[in-house]
Amino acid sequence: MLAALLKGLWTTLRSMFEPPVTYQYPEVKRPVRDRYKGRHYLQRYDNGLEKCIGCSLCAVACPADAIFVESSENTDENRYSPGERYASTYEINMLRCIFCGYCEDACPTEAIVLGHNYELSFTNRRDAIYTKDMLINPVSIAGQPTPMKVEAGQFDRAIPEMEDPK
Amino acid sequence: MDPALLVEWLVKSGVIIFLILTGFAYLTLFERRVLARIQVRIGPNRAGPLGLLQPLADGIKLLFKEEVIPDKADKVIFILAPVLTVIPAFVLLAVIPLGPEISILGRSYSLSLAGDVNVGVLYLLAVASISVYGIVLAGWSSNNKYALLGGLRSAAQMISYELVLGLAFIGPILLANSMSLKDIIQAQSRVWFIVLQPIGFLLFLVASIAEVNRAPFDMPEAEQELTAGYHVEYSGMKFALFFMAEYGKMIVVSFITASLFLGGYLGPFVDKLPLLGPIYLLVKVTLILFFMIWVRATWPRIRYDRLMALGWKVLLPIGLLNIIITAILVILVGGY
Repeated sequence: MLAALLKGLWTTLRSMFEPPVTYQYPEVKRPVRDRYKGRHYLQRYDNGLEKCIGCSLCAVACPADAIFVESSENTDENRYSPGERYASTYEINMLRCIFCGYCEDACPTEAIVLGHNYELSFTNRRDAIYTKDMLINPVSIAGQPTPMKVEAGQFDRAIPEMEDPK
Repeated sequence: MDPALLVEWLVKSGVIIFLILTGFAYLTLFERRVLARIQVRIGPNRAGPLGLLQPLADGIKLLFKEEVIPDKADKVIFILAPVLTVIPAFVLLAVIPLGPEISILGRSYSLSLAGDVNVGVLYLLAVASISVYGIVLAGWSSNNKYALLGGLRSAAQMISYELVLGLAFIGPILLANSMSLKDIIQAQSRVWFIVLQPIGFLLFLVASIAEVNRAPFDMPEAEQELTAGYHVEYSGMKFALFFMAEYGKMIVVSFITASLFLGGYLGPFVDKLPLLGPIYLLVKVTLILFFMIWVRATWPRIRYDRLMALGWKVLLPIGLLNIIITAILVILVGGY
């Protein structure tokens, strides 16, 4: 028994001289996996139109009831997204969100995507609510900002044949 | 009374309190760093250079915590218990010589608060067991079943291992033919008692770890079964006092081990440069403390019935046998 005890001591003493496995976090960041589910991003098409059509399926799918969507009508003079409606309000409460990714699965237009950013911290509850401005991706170089004025009849379908930004 | 003596005592008390308090603070950091290295981590290194301000940050945090006293607790005893636990840890160091006598400006000073107490070892043994009262009272007054169980366990454990501790003390006493710690240290000037009393040293090490409730004998605060044992209900500074007592006792026990078995302040050139004495002692104490932390990082907690069996059925007979053999040899050889 004594030999086993000493062997244990020897093992722990030896492990003292191994290089530590710690990442010095704020300075050194461990890369996340490709499919890591961090904070959400709202996507746009290549021409700048928002993918989100305000259908609220993400809010329905959300088990934590973290998403709030309010939709309004698109017109050809003020077009945010293809189809009839767009999300005029899109809020995610990051204190409620459990990062399960069901919103991503439910989305018919692949508008909401969970990204790689996990550094979400706030000093009060109000800051935990991420609004549409914070969530939406910037317009790509080829696109125009929303709302845009378009020709009538060009974007009538909610799921158009359009290219994603590269 | 000689006013210079009064000043001397005050200064020495200040030094001892300072030694225990900073020792306690930095022992927590030392423990966390060593444990981290053993577990292939880095440990606290953010507060100040090398994390040296971490104990300060911890202390400030604990000071600002809310003090919760349970409604059904026995309030007087509840507040008294941490004080009772922490005081023995402080006063124990009084009789331990930190170095040989030094003379400054024609006056000679002994480097211990109480000077050369002729029953120093007895004092250590007596005071060391007082702190069990604090723990038992804390467990009882909290009015919590986990706390009570922790307190009772600690009482049983302390009584069982106090005997072994006492028996381990007797070896050096027999060899030095004195109960004064100064004589015991001086008797080791040729060879340390760890060489003459290897079994006594091992017994002392085991019993003292049990006495300060450290792993693998941390039954009174076994996290998995008793959540935190006797200090479940304590918070804020009162909790910090229990912490202080545990670490203070660790330090003091290391001082005692170093004095009894590792030659105390003795080392090369101490007779020429007396101030080297405290440095040697500190190095030895640090090594013993490292050993305690190392043991904590390695061995799992011993089961309660086995703890009792080990104390009464293994350590006690070995201790008695050790004393008999030592006594016979001392008589045969005609004194060490």
